[in-house]
Amino acid sequence: MNRGNPILSAGNLVVKFDLRGRILTAIRGASLDLYEGETLAIVGESGSGKSVFTKSFIGMLDTNGWIDSGSIIFEGEDIAKYHTEEQWLRVRGKKISMVFQDPMTALSPLRSVGKQIEETVVLHQGLSGKHAEYAAIELLERVGISDPAARYRQYPHEFSGGMRQRVVIAIAMACKPRILICDEPTTALDVTIQAQILGLIKALQRDFNFTTIYITHDLGVVADVADRVTVMYAGTIVERGTAEEVFYDPRHPYTWALLSSLPQLGVKGRPLYSISGTPPNLFNDIVGDAFAPRNPRALTIDFVERPPEFKVSETHFASTWLLDPRAPRVEPPAAIRSLREKYASSLAGHGTSRDAEKSKGSES
Amino acid sequence: MNTAADREKLLEIRNLSVDFKVKGGVFTAVKGVSFDIYKGETFGLVGESGSGKTTIGRAIMRINDASSGQIFFKGRQINGRITRELDRVIMQSIQMIFQDPMASLNERAKVDYIVSEGLYNIGKAKNEEERRASVQKALLEVGLLPEFASRFPHEFSGGQRQRIGIARSLIMGPELVVADEPISALDVSIRAQVLNLLAELQRSMGLTYLFIAHDLSVVRFITDRIAVINKGEIVELAETEELFARPLHPYTRALLSAIPVPDPIMQRSKKLIRYDRGCHDYSVQGPTWREAKPGHFVLANDEELGRYRAALQADAALSES
Repeated sequence: MNRGNPILSAGNLVVKFDLRGRILTAIRGASLDLYEGETLAIVGESGSGKSVFTKSFIGMLDTNGWIDSGSIIFEGEDIAKYHTEEQWLRVRGKKISMVFQDPMTALSPLRSVGKQIEETVVLHQGLSGKHAEYAAIELLERVGISDPAARYRQYPHEFSGGMRQRVVIAIAMACKPRILICDEPTTALDVTIQAQILGLIKALQRDFNFTTIYITHDLGVVADVADRVTVMYAGTIVERGTAEEVFYDPRHPYTWALLSSLPQLGVKGRPLYSISGTPPNLFNDIVGDAFAPRNPRALTIDFVERPPEFKVSETHFASTWLLDPRAPRVEPPAAIRSLREKYASSLAGHGTSRDAEKSKGSES
Repeated sequence: MNTAADREKLLEIRNLSVDFKVKGGVFTAVKGVSFDIYKGETFGLVGESGSGKTTIGRAIMRINDASSGQIFFKGRQINGRITRELDRVIMQSIQMIFQDPMASLNERAKVDYIVSEGLYNIGKAKNEEERRASVQKALLEVGLLPEFASRFPHEFSGGQRQRIGIARSLIMGPELVVADEPISALDVSIRAQVLNLLAELQRSMGLTYLFIAHDLSVVRFITDRIAVINKGEIVELAETEELFARPLHPYTRALLSAIPVPDPIMQRSKKLIRYDRGCHDYSVQGPTWREAKPGHFVLANDEELGRYRAALQADAALSES
């Protein structure tokens, strides 16, 4: 795969928070390359650090948090070194925009939807007066809001959840961003609306030429949108690869566990695979592989030394000692093996499309 | 699975409507809904926000009054005015589990009180010793330690809090549990634990569940039958696998097409179906609740029913050949 240079590159990032004198390490050395035009999904459970990680790209960490070490290279500059709001304002909302889970909190309830979009248009596109108004109306239309000229004058409470999220997306588009970060953009929405919003973001990505980062816990959404997937656990990246690699040939035990516990892969009448225990306390120092205490297949070294990132393919990496040449052979759970076989048979040319059609028939 | 005829109906809902007074009129959240829940089954009620699914659950719990129609539990009508004795019976026999374990537990009470509050309300425990024993038993049943009784809710994780909520309903010895989105507020790995627990309790205690949810993929795993509700009307009802294999109503098809499947190749090849109420031509004849084939019900008029039956026959012919 030829992708050229990354548009954004985070290197060994460490993010800490001060909570009443106690130090919490939310990101414990995470690296990420984002390539022009792609859609990257960051997957993890609550507390995995997926939101904090991306918030650090736009200087939106809470005031008690800071980037302790590491770099974020964007347009040739290390933005992790930024320390003033003026510096961040050159990036945030201008070149990197963000769409959050709850559209109501992103919009002001006191001002009309049109004015809120117009404000961004004035600020970022340098338009004014009627030109700005037309641009705002055009954006409303572009994100699929019917009768945009009338809707322009309405207030957020007059919009449904899905329509509000469209407005938030319109505001993000007004900046013509290079990168759009979507933090659980559809979690608060119904499935039929979710499908429409995901479709809208894809269409806009084609027209406006931006690069997308999705943050989500919903693996269905990931399968829908992602070119590449990054799996986070306890502030580290445990696995990254193309969507196919992570979904059909996962290597880290945490990815195995996450996929196996999906009801979609379960067999009716039999218990679902479930991960025992809870994620580690990030106030403490974590020794070894953070997932080891919950991993029934953990090796002795998993409790002693943190695993480096091993290369599986040119695009696929996982931080687990299982990939060390000296490691014993450990078979993934049955559900994962069947995923692998299913993928292998579809690759072998036994009609990828037919298989997909068949499963589609039973799914839809 | 037994045929419908010889199974005991635990709950029967007949033409249930629930209205709410709103500024300038009446809003009908549930419009003439009918269905049965058989003893020992898990019945899924699936719909989007505002569909009325929670209102139906709340009507069964007697939290919302039915505006018309009847709800029968073991053959006795439980909506409207009922005797104090019957109220006591259904308070024990029908229990509810809520969506958000962070919001549904009293933060200022200890687990001991939270779990046994229902016992206090109906004066079920004869003495303090018996009450304590019941709390311990309930906690053990949901996989928590008895010593947790002396702790406060904030000391627990989301999954553990949901277990406390389940213990609180089990202590009453219910027959029917209304579970309103019991896992949608939980993380993926915790969801599996709670689903397993619910399945296990069903086996060991012979519970019947009304499982209210928006996520069809979860519902598919746990339910025996599913009713799909849209804008206060049930549009389709069938056994779970039948509904997934042969959805008839265009809304069901749209809903199924919209759930993202955690499988990139399959998901990318899926075609999204949009539901538009205008696709029905009800100018000549309105829709009624029909049985398209045994056990598979759909809201349709004559013309639609004819089409649905033809599709079912074509499908049956295809699977035979």
